[in-house]
Amino acid sequence: MAKAPARKPAAPKKTASTPAAATNREQPRDPVSYDATPEELEKFYREMLLIRRFEEKAGQLYGLGLIGGFCHLYIGQEAVAVGLQSALDGDKDSVITGYRDHGHMLAYGIDPKVIMAELTGRAAGISRGKGGSMHMFSVEHKFYGGHGIVGAQVSLGTGLAFAHKYRDDGGVAMSYFGDGASNQGQVYESFNMAELWKLPIIFVIENNQYAMGTSVNRSSAEDQLYRRGESFRIPGMQVDGMDVLAVRGAAEAALEWVRAGKGPVLMELKTYRYRGHSMSDPAKYRSREEVQAVRDKSDALEHLKKVMEEAGITEDKFKAIDKEIRAIVADSADFAESAPEPELHELYTDVLVEQY
Amino acid sequence: MAIELKMPALSPTMEEGTLAKWLVKEGDAVKSGDILAEIETDKATMEFEAIDEGTIGQILVAEGTDNVKVGTVIATITGDGEEAAAPTPAPAAEAPKADTPKEDVPKKAESGTEQLVVKAKAAVADPAIPEGTAMVRLTVREALRDAMAEEMRADDRVFVMGEEVAEYQGAYKVTQGLLDEFGARRVIDTPITEYGFAGLGAGAAMGGLKPVIEFMTFNFAMQAIDHIINSAAKTNYMSGGQMRCPIVFRGPNGAASRVGAQHSQNFAPWYASVPGLIVIAPYDAADAKGLLKAAIRTEDPVVFLENELLYGRSFDVPDLPDHVLPIGQARIMRPGNDVTVVSYSIGVGLALEAADQLAGEGIDAEVIDLRTLRPLDTATVLASLKKTNHLVVVEEGWPVCSIASELAMVAMEQGFDDLDAPVMRVCNEDVPLPYAANLEKAALVDVPRVAAAVKAVRNRG
Repeated sequence: MAKAPARKPAAPKKTASTPAAATNREQPRDPVSYDATPEELEKFYREMLLIRRFEEKAGQLYGLGLIGGFCHLYIGQEAVAVGLQSALDGDKDSVITGYRDHGHMLAYGIDPKVIMAELTGRAAGISRGKGGSMHMFSVEHKFYGGHGIVGAQVSLGTGLAFAHKYRDDGGVAMSYFGDGASNQGQVYESFNMAELWKLPIIFVIENNQYAMGTSVNRSSAEDQLYRRGESFRIPGMQVDGMDVLAVRGAAEAALEWVRAGKGPVLMELKTYRYRGHSMSDPAKYRSREEVQAVRDKSDALEHLKKVMEEAGITEDKFKAIDKEIRAIVADSADFAESAPEPELHELYTDVLVEQY
Repeated sequence: MAIELKMPALSPTMEEGTLAKWLVKEGDAVKSGDILAEIETDKATMEFEAIDEGTIGQILVAEGTDNVKVGTVIATITGDGEEAAAPTPAPAAEAPKADTPKEDVPKKAESGTEQLVVKAKAAVADPAIPEGTAMVRLTVREALRDAMAEEMRADDRVFVMGEEVAEYQGAYKVTQGLLDEFGARRVIDTPITEYGFAGLGAGAAMGGLKPVIEFMTFNFAMQAIDHIINSAAKTNYMSGGQMRCPIVFRGPNGAASRVGAQHSQNFAPWYASVPGLIVIAPYDAADAKGLLKAAIRTEDPVVFLENELLYGRSFDVPDLPDHVLPIGQARIMRPGNDVTVVSYSIGVGLALEAADQLAGEGIDAEVIDLRTLRPLDTATVLASLKKTNHLVVVEEGWPVCSIASELAMVAMEQGFDDLDAPVMRVCNEDVPLPYAANLEKAALVDVPRVAAAVKAVRNRG
């Protein structure tokens, strides 16, 4: 269930100079859990399972040395990208995120083969092998990356929103960032301009509790991150990011607000990553028990599966979906392993667009 | 005794201004803080306040007078109880000559930047401009503004964003009039937020617009350099040519007058080292206009480095409906046979001035303005070196890891057999720019240093 932000009881006023509580400002409506059709439930499940299996396979290929450098897996956070992106208008709205970007691309329906081939650095990769895990883009899908500098996508996303408003094309930008990025200065520079100019943007904090190895409590003076926009008058929503229906429901409330021209919304999605920050992270900063407890109690796929079982979907159906997804992922891995590397002349292409 | 009110200097570089309007008349009582007059420079209109109490005695410079030198007595104030006594003799003309300052005017501290601004102009026409083209006289500032305005008229995707670009008309008045013509949708004042608006601009470019992002000076772009390099310059490559970032980052760069180390620095070599960027640093108004238009049109991200000290200088600009110059082509500003002197931005003036002096001593220098620093037009430099066999690089910037050191390497790698002597560079001293006038003068390049280097390189062979 999406949670509305806890409202603080108003403190008794002692002096006339105490500022009025901000609660009488207009807020987006309280979100409600999304009432999905059985077809939609199955679609969400498929997409989330594809992300999970894809990321597991990427982890394996990394272990085999087929994927190099940094590789940040999305396992555990699947409901966030799937829930939010299902609410967007693919023809109009734009999306941008940081380096943990495989899940967002899969949630967009981008071919897993070209994503996996980018991870293995092959010519058939979506960035022709020149971007890698952290730098993938699909202008066709209005997916603007894939950015390796923590927090940069927040300013860039604000620029995408600026372009929507400038062209008056009705589009909304969605800018994903983590709890770690939420402490970057440019995030607040962007908040200020976004609200000042009422830009159509949803700022999404994927709070997976750890900025690399530093927990939110050890890094953030205000650890209720949905409140981080308050001094810019940006309304905040805190959402259960392990429940895809809650995420989708909250996205609709946020989109209503933004599409009505009322400016940005800040969504905090409480989620969890099961794997380390990147493949090279031994994750010593938390216990195995903590991770296991989240898996047991809050896993996004298990949660959705229960909802689907209640809706009458049978175990056979789940098995069939699982088999199908495993085949897609295996194909993408085969493709990514066997596709040729870029030709050497590609080293010098795409540095500049024009000839001088 | 009447108090003399003198034409104030509104900036370190101001030498004269226009007395636009008197807000008081003779006989008016004034007190400290009252606004007496409006004074205009090419940068701004300022209000001139009274510091003393008393009565306006005489107004000595009429409103509407142009070219009033700093330090000229413009009015007198008599103290309380005093008669409006005869003022000290008024200057003979309303705009007295600057070379006859009154003796009680303290000598204005000199700036090292004065040695950077010379009258020199290109000795030959730019071959890119058709012969017989009519010329108009424009300041560099006006040329830049016209370039933006023309491109904005032609393409709705182009917009200008930055601090004080709209309602204030530009901190250095480069965007003057744009708000009036194009409105607040396309000429946008930002908060003091360089990192944020550089990123916002880069994102808008990725989203299909053509932003012109003004930095009040490039010193402040250090707050934003992450987006210039990591977001703008690398996008096309990282996306395999899929995603573009057609954006112009522009503003003044290089030493300004008496503003100390944090506001005086040439960042050209920093940006010129980054693959994926176009870096342009023009000298005269014609190049400023033609290259800024090209910068706005290209699909690549551009760092466009202007120079505050050149904004007010006037040059001939082709009177063409669409004066666009090619990016990546150097310009021979003065042909010569004995030595090649290469520079860019404000250094070009020093090179031309030195070449004129050296001509009197029998040395025929060829002066090349690089204009674009990335991609660097090495072919033009090497062709000249082949002819003159001597190379001097002049750069208003630090010597270490500079454009000068890059060109020396180019000459080593590709023109070694043409060199009769080692390449020499004439750069600023390798120190943060000091505030004190004498130290500032010592730190910055000047014409004598250029001339000395040319003679030294000629004496080596």
